[in-house]
This record gives sequence, C-alpha cells and structure tokens, in this order.
Amino acid sequence: MNLFCVGLSHHTTNVETRESFAGNAQADCALRRSCCAEALLLATCNRVEVYAAAQTRVPTEEIVRCLRRNIDNHGCGETSAFYRYEGAECAQHLFRVTSGLDSMVVGETEILGQAKKAYESARKSGATGPCLHRLFQRAFRVAKQVRTHTAITRGSVSVGSVAVALAEKIFGDLASCKVLLLGAGETSERTARALISRGASDLRISNRSGERAENLAQLVAARAVPFEKWPEQCREIDILITSTSSSAPLLARKNLAPILRQRIDRPLFIIDIAVPRDVDSDVNQLEGVYLYDIDSLRSIAQQSLVLRRQQIAAAEAIISRHVADFGELISGGLNRSVRVVEHPVSETSLRASEL
Amino acid sequence: MDREFLIVSTTCFLAAVVRTAFLLRSKKFHEGQFNFFAIGLGFTFQTAFLSIRGHALGRCPLTNLFEVFIFLAWSVALIYMLVGPAYRLSLMGAFTAPLVVLLQSFALLVPIDTPRTSKLPANSWLEFHASISLVAYGAFALACIAGVMYLVQERQLKTHQLRSIFYYLPPLTDLFTAITRLLWCGFGLYTLGLLSGFFVGQPLPTVQVICAIGVWLLYAAILQGQHLRRLAPKWVAALCIIGFSAALTLLWGITFTAQMPPR
Repeated sequence: MNLFCVGLSHHTTNVETRESFAGNAQADCALRRSCCAEALLLATCNRVEVYAAAQTRVPTEEIVRCLRRNIDNHGCGETSAFYRYEGAECAQHLFRVTSGLDSMVVGETEILGQAKKAYESARKSGATGPCLHRLFQRAFRVAKQVRTHTAITRGSVSVGSVAVALAEKIFGDLASCKVLLLGAGETSERTARALISRGASDLRISNRSGERAENLAQLVAARAVPFEKWPEQCREIDILITSTSSSAPLLARKNLAPILRQRIDRPLFIIDIAVPRDVDSDVNQLEGVYLYDIDSLRSIAQQSLVLRRQQIAAAEAIISRHVADFGELISGGLNRSVRVVEHPVSETSLRASEL
Repeated sequence: MDREFLIVSTTCFLAAVVRTAFLLRSKKFHEGQFNFFAIGLGFTFQTAFLSIRGHALGRCPLTNLFEVFIFLAWSVALIYMLVGPAYRLSLMGAFTAPLVVLLQSFALLVPIDTPRTSKLPANSWLEFHASISLVAYGAFALACIAGVMYLVQERQLKTHQLRSIFYYLPPLTDLFTAITRLLWCGFGLYTLGLLSGFFVGQPLPTVQVICAIGVWLLYAAILQGQHLRRLAPKWVAALCIIGFSAALTLLWGITFTAQMPPR
C-alpha cells in the first residue's frame, strides 16, 4: 500500500492558485477514479492537501486534475506548484503540519482543529481506512506532544491576540469585564472583536463622530457613549482601548488619579493603539493601571515569535522519533491489514472533509 | 527511624523544586501532575513522621523547635493540597515546595531536635492551641507565597518585561481572590488559636501575648483595609509577606523561650 500526500500550501503558491484548487466538489469523483483505497482532503486557507493510500502509484497529475475547480478551463499537466511526499516523508509532513511547524504563523494551533475535523468527516463517511487512521491518530498524538513538551505555542504573535492574552492574565475570565472603545478605528474594532470572542460582553464605544460609534456599536452588539462622557466611564470599565486620531493625549495622570481612588481594588488595563498616543505614558505609574501602547504590544508579539522559532528544533526532534517509528509500521504490519478494507472513496466523504 | 521518613519527604519536595527549576530554565514548563504528586507523597511521609513522633510522645508532636518546624511545613503542604488544585494555582506548588524544603532542611541540619528532659503533662487546650495556630501559620505561609506570585506578575505587567514564568502564573484577579480567602482562613484559625491560648491553665508570658495580639492586629488590619477598599491589591500582597515574616519571628520566639529552662 502506497501512502502519499499531494498538495500545495502558502510556501509554494499564492492565494489565487490555492483558491483554484480548494473546494472542488468533483474532487472526490476524480479521486475515486484514480483508485485510491483511502483518501482525505485537508483544505484550509493556507493549504490544499490530499492524503491517500493506494495499491498502485497514482500519478500527481491525476490528483491535481481532480482538485481543480474548473476542469474544462485548465489542462491537467500543470503540477509544478504541487509537492508530493511518499511513505515516511508523507508522515513527517503531516506531523509538521498538525504541530504547526508548517503554518504561516509558527506554532498556531488552529490547523490541528482543522485536521481533526477533516479526519472526523472522512472517517464518518468511510473514506479513511486503517492506513490513514493510524497516520492521523499518530499525527494528533505528535501535535499534542509537541505542544506539551515545547513552548512552540506559547505567547501571542499578533497585536490583537497579545492584548487579549494580557487582559486574560490580568482579569482571568473576561465575561465580567467592561470594555470601552475610544475611537472606532479598524484596529480597535479588531481588538474588541477578539475580546468578545474570549467572552467579553459589556462593550461600550465612544467616538467624536457619534454616527460612526452608533454604526460600530450595532455591528459588534455594543453600547454607544457620547464622546464628552467617556471619562466618566473610567470609574466602571476594566479595559480601555483607545485609537483616536487626536494630536494631543486625551488621558493624563492628573485626570485619571482621582477616578482611580474610587476603584482601588480593581485593575485598569489600557490598550493605546493610537499614533500619536492618546494616553500619557506616566499613567502607567498609577497603582493598578497597566498601560500598553502599540510598540509594547508589537514588542511582546515579536518576543513570542522569536521564542517559538527557538523551539522548532525541539519539535523536529519529537517528530523525527515518531516518523522513524511510523516508518517501521508502514513497512511492517500495516500493509497486511490494509488489504482487507480496500475500497474506493465515496463521493460524499471527501466533500464532507473539505473545510 | 522517624527522621528517615522526614528525609524521604524532603527529597520528594526537592524533586518538585528541581523539576520546576529545570523546566523553567529550559522554557518547557508545563502544568503537569508531577508537582502535585511529589508534594502529596512528601506530605504522606511528613504525616507518617508526625504520627510516629506523636505516638512516641503520647501527645501532639510540638515539644521542640524541630517538631514545630516540621508541623509548620506539614501545615503548608496540607493547605496547598486543599487550595492548590481548587484554585487551579498549579504553579503555587512550585513556590510551596521550596518553602517546605527550606523549613525541613533547616530542621534536619541544625541540631534543634533536643528531647525534653522532663515529660510534659498532657494538656488538650495547649495542644489544640499550638496545632490550630500552626495550621493558621500554614495558611498565612501560602498567602505569602501567593503574594510573592502576585508581586512578580504585577511587576512584569508594569514593566512590560514578560519573562518565562509569567506565562505560568495564574491571572492577577484569581491570585488576589486566593490571597483574600487564605487570609480569612488563616485569620479565623489564628483567632481560634489565640483564644484557646487563654484556656491552657498556665501563666501566659506577657511579651508573647502582646506579640501574638500584634500579629493578629496586623492581619486584621490587612483584611479590614482590603474589605473597605483602602488597600490596593499590590499592598495587600506585600503586607502578606511582611505579616508572615512577623508571624514566623513570633513563632521562633515562642518556641525558643518555651525551650529555655525555667528560672
């Protein structure tokens, strides 16, 4: 039984090319014609990959042909963007993918969930057999080990996620946090959305243009606050996100200090993503106030990314051990057991496994 | 024989310390069960030691400074076993273990295990007073450890210098909740211990009573300040450290003077 993987990813192609191969409803038919005993399609925004097992070698052109969105408009010979891994190399590639080593942002964990979904859908529809079952189960195990034994997933690597991670380090559960957005810019909106996705529900928006505040408030299920009344909100809120285009600071130590005296037992997290800054830097010296501007957030994101890259070698070592072990499995008993369940991939199975 | 149990117990706690230090150094720390089991095993051997010693003495083993230190270490481990997992403060074990190792190593290495020449008469009030006070000290010790964790994290958040340990510390608000609960728990037990001291049926040394009331007042002031929102969480955390240092000094004084021959 030949275990192989054919695909393309953000390393080899641009998004337009990936788009033309992702989500082809006819892919399963073509794969069935190509006599794959087991097949699974892993399609995300960064990769389109087919993992398959077949008795005889299936040409890459055949896989590529069935992955195309529009077969009529393209020839079937264009395979230069595609990579192909066989046997142990295929296992190594999948282990690297599920562990986040092959991702655009090293160590991201979303890909593991996507791989699990793809596998689960394929398994339910009978598209996988013992060969892919063992491969994917092992891949999930490897990913877990890499996450547990290295710091590859540690820290946040974008400004928004750093802000959310810091908020969680201060407040724990964000469900009871009150958030005020000062300025209705794109970055503050993204950060607010990230906070909402982590449980924050009490969101208030204040902007010089009341109309814009109202519009954004409707979009993110928040409450608009008149701009002249935002300082009063500092008595109640836990998180303040500022991103106005004001040329002078809006919040200074002398304004905030009297307000803080009334809320001495509660921390205030201020995320100032405006340039020029909306909050005086000496506000950070106040008791219970944690002020982060765009540079400090970027710096933390950068540190996390460096740390993750330092962990790649340790992750590769774990993967190598599993690849060696899995290689023995492929050359040993796996071939014998696979013969019993050889069957062409059903039409619904691959469609279901597409993400 | 009982000292061997103590050596094994100290080794268990030391294993938790070494493992945590190694993992933090290699930046691979992960919240596993190892610390909890190592501390649990150490706690079992501590209990075995105290049980054997207690049977030999025919009373609660708090007759000299050595036993007081071990009982204190046992109380710290006991409170950790109760609150650590409950508050998901897994790293608290990493902070608790060094304190226990320090207390037990000191007790084992310094010649303070001096047997009493005269057998103490059984006094249930005195035993209750001593043991409940030491469990209160255990709660204060953990509040102090949580205070250290709070200050470490607060400092890193303020300075934007997020070191490796930052990622494993519990959120600030969770830590503060744990500190408050430990303080209330310790304060309640300490009050019981203080009150029971008046029923031991022996003349009370004035200086010790004043110092004990001083410690009680200090913790009462911390809790009052926190309750009335007069004290910022950072200061509550710092005062927990000061309070425990004062309590430990008092404990040392009480045990030291109790061991001195009567004039």
